[in-house]
Amino acid sequence: MTINELKDVASQVRRDIIRMVHGCQSGHPGGSLGATDIVTALYFDQMQIDPKNFKMDGAGEDMFFLSNGHISPMLYSILARRGYFPVAELATFRRLGTRLQGHPTPVEGLPGIRVASGSLGQGLSVAAGVAQAKKLNGDNHLVFCLMGDGEQEEGQIWEAAMYAPAKNVDNLVAIIDYNKKQIDGSTDDVMNLGDLKAKYESFGWKVYECNGNDMQQIVDTLNITRKNAHKGQAQIVLAHTEMGMGVDFMMGTHKWHGTPPNDEQAANALSQLKETLGDY
Amino acid sequence: MKIEVQNYKDTRSGFGDGLLEAGKRNPKVVGLTADLTGSLKMGDFAKAFPERFFQVGIAEANMVGIAAGLAIGGYIPFTGTFANFSSARIYDQIRMVVAYSNKNVKICASHAGVTLGEDGATHQTLEDVGMMKMLPNMTVLVPCDYNQTKAATIAAAELDGPVYLRFGRPKVANFTPADEPFIIGKAQMIQEGTDVSIFACGHLVWKAIEALPILKEMGINAELINIHTIKPLDVDAVLKSVAKTGCVVTAEEHMRNGGLGDSIAQVLALNNPKPIEMVAVDDVFGQSGTPDELLKHYHLDTPDIVEAAKRAVARK
Repeated sequence: MTINELKDVASQVRRDIIRMVHGCQSGHPGGSLGATDIVTALYFDQMQIDPKNFKMDGAGEDMFFLSNGHISPMLYSILARRGYFPVAELATFRRLGTRLQGHPTPVEGLPGIRVASGSLGQGLSVAAGVAQAKKLNGDNHLVFCLMGDGEQEEGQIWEAAMYAPAKNVDNLVAIIDYNKKQIDGSTDDVMNLGDLKAKYESFGWKVYECNGNDMQQIVDTLNITRKNAHKGQAQIVLAHTEMGMGVDFMMGTHKWHGTPPNDEQAANALSQLKETLGDY
Repeated sequence: MKIEVQNYKDTRSGFGDGLLEAGKRNPKVVGLTADLTGSLKMGDFAKAFPERFFQVGIAEANMVGIAAGLAIGGYIPFTGTFANFSSARIYDQIRMVVAYSNKNVKICASHAGVTLGEDGATHQTLEDVGMMKMLPNMTVLVPCDYNQTKAATIAAAELDGPVYLRFGRPKVANFTPADEPFIIGKAQMIQEGTDVSIFACGHLVWKAIEALPILKEMGINAELINIHTIKPLDVDAVLKSVAKTGCVVTAEEHMRNGGLGDSIAQVLALNNPKPIEMVAVDDVFGQSGTPDELLKHYHLDTPDIVEAAKRAVARK
């Protein structure tokens, strides 16, 4: 896809996010909006996938794992828009009986979801295991894993961070949604993350940085990670993002981490986001 | 069942040998350990299938996540570490990426209970069965000797779904037939009787076997059933036995809260209330000592089963 086409998809995804959390008056719009560009680039440009024939084992495909599961509206919208399930199903988000649970789960049989996430800090371990399975299977496709930055405070992340380089898991590309905010405030105030780049480098990762809301930079960076895969080193991208990106009053604050917009706020937000693919 | 002691072996060796056999039968079987290859007797598997063995270091949470990932990729992972680190330490990880996500991961838990011995309470988990049986989708197995643990390991590989497999450290009587297949969810009749139903699991099955002749001398004809599958519980076998005997003893190397006794009591309360006596640890942590000393100290020994049976019969 061209960069402009990817931007159009991202705009529609952002509309979906606002409409989903507004519709059920529940969910996490801030982080969802911030990570939209990264995951749009993955699903619409980078990954080799077969959405119409979803396979749990992902054999012969690239695979994506969302560790910070609370930004599920973003993932659900992208999966639907990419053809994993009907777009109309987005209207069921967080409602009784839905396959679009508050946090992603494979239990309801939603195509595109392979493991539950939401209890933080666990996705990188799972992604590393999937990457190991691909190696055993002689499958040279890649495994991508998006994590939050606040999530880096979980100890298990650092168990996996130690594991992947030590065991040469070089078919794994981790991405940190580095928006420097979490529920209680800025990451600097809650728990200073220090120099994440130096930390991962010292653990043995190849570290890249990019603006995670600049589609060209995202695509360029992911292209490099794909080129450098299978070269003996685990890779990670620190994607600098803005929580709430695309909606002016949701940016520059952590207040929209887990708060839905009211009718007026939703209308305001949607007026800032171009409808490119048709609302669900 | 004909009871004949073939030798004295640790159940963890049954796991190690079962894993090797499961690995030979199915190339999808993989092993993981958190720096306890030797303690879990996984060395033979690691040697036979080095590319299918993952040493993850002392990082149990990461190990379970990696196992879930391997399961997603179509493999049948067996994680091996001490029971406490296979359960309490990583309960949320097991809950989310194994049980809730319904992944084909086998959590293999050694050194369970007080018979771990001298290491003391930090390592003597007595709560794991309770935690694991509360998780939807989880099958919980507590085999009683070397042969049965080996067979249970092979059976676990053939079951599609999460399994918690609990076993122990000390060498104990190996008495079940070597060729007996392990049927998950099917209780094992050890000896039929008419006066009291003894339901036991793990190491305490042998202690209950030792109680049988003592009870017989007292005129109590006890029925002994090995509940090697705590979940799904063989409710039919329990009710059938109780309908005949009218009273129950449970015996386990576990906390009374949450253990086998709890499960049996629930079945009785809901279906056919009868007197029940529980041989289990009564809401205290363990301590250092030899396995035999500890079994005696915490009233998990043969005389305790005898006394419990007498009390149960008297309450009829």
